[in-house]
Amino acid sequence: MKEILMILVSAIFVNNFVLSKFLGICPFLGVSKNLKNAIGMSVAVIFVMTMATAVTWPIYHYLLAPGYAYMQTVVFILVIAALVQLVEIILKKYIPALHKALGVYLPLITTNCAVLGVALLNITEEYAFVPSLFNAVGAGVGFLVAMVMFSGVRSRVETADVPKSFQGLPSILIAASIVALSFMGFAGVVDGLFL
Amino acid sequence: MSKLKIMLNGIIKENPTLVLVLGTCPTLAVTTMAVNGLGMGVAATLVLICSNVVISLLKKVIPDKVRIPAYIVIIAGFVTIVSFLLQAYAQEVYDALGLFLPLIVVNCIILGRAEMFASKNSVGDSFFDGLGMGLGFTLTLVLMGSIREIIGMGTWFGLPITKGLVSPMTIFSLAPGGFFVFGVLVALVNKLTKGKVLKKRKSACAGCPSAGACNQQEDCASAQQ
Repeated sequence: MKEILMILVSAIFVNNFVLSKFLGICPFLGVSKNLKNAIGMSVAVIFVMTMATAVTWPIYHYLLAPGYAYMQTVVFILVIAALVQLVEIILKKYIPALHKALGVYLPLITTNCAVLGVALLNITEEYAFVPSLFNAVGAGVGFLVAMVMFSGVRSRVETADVPKSFQGLPSILIAASIVALSFMGFAGVVDGLFL
Repeated sequence: MSKLKIMLNGIIKENPTLVLVLGTCPTLAVTTMAVNGLGMGVAATLVLICSNVVISLLKKVIPDKVRIPAYIVIIAGFVTIVSFLLQAYAQEVYDALGLFLPLIVVNCIILGRAEMFASKNSVGDSFFDGLGMGLGFTLTLVLMGSIREIIGMGTWFGLPITKGLVSPMTIFSLAPGGFFVFGVLVALVNKLTKGKVLKKRKSACAGCPSAGACNQQEDCASAQQ
């Protein structure tokens, strides 16, 4: 239990995927413009990350680890791409309401480095199956936290009067820098919380 | 278009990182030191050239409907080869790049060039496009890495530069510094080109493999302005 809580807190705050590991920057900059899209995208990311981990972990440990570990990258990306397609088809057929809410974001996620990143990280960190799943959920929730916070920051930046060269992307990046700075305050929190 | 022009196009006019703003994740993550930026740039360039050439060769064979998965498999194959090469001959760079080496697979620059250029042009042109884009990416990474290493650690490629003059500002080596330096560089490009690059950035969406399915296109384009 303690290990799982540590993994969750660490993945959400301390090693936030977006703000300290730089994974999933493209959707972070692209979709954080309004709160509704930010939440939709994040929920889809949490969903796909957990699914991807649930599928890639057994594949790696039971099929690839005995001798084919070098196929990791190729197999993982293919599995994730196929999985996203499958999820989309199933949702469309059986849960149209959820498909309507998440559908737009699903194809975008295939080539999201955060999803492949979490699948690979779970292997390199040598987590067991259940901690891997929690790490994936935590990483996804961390993404959600960053997205929601940043869409708030961004709506203020957008109306601010910034120098011409800094308008648009540069001002957003600098705002992201300050948000990342605030997340550095979480460094070391995990050790202190669970000692 | 002459070969040289294609190449220069990638380095300056359509610099993948600063003008098209593709591949932001590795750009921010690995540029804590100039040498890591160089390693990442070279690895991505190798993958980009090889995948561009192969995809251009196979452009008539690959059915249109499954082209994205096919491209991804080709790219993933080359990424695996390059990471083996790095592990064998440059262990330090391999360790420093860590997770971001396999993540070259999902680097939008590579998939974007496959979709936008290699699938429509001759093998020779695709080779030079890959080389130019790769060099543009590498130069930007080395530039960012140099700035962050000099300010953040007081060294450049490991050589002490500001020792005894200024104490290093560690924040530049950490996450916030990455966003900050990148933001300032993009602003500088805006300033130097007097905003001309903004139009190009819109077309970057076309390079995204999900652009077709993506309702965010408008959003994405306006977000990047």
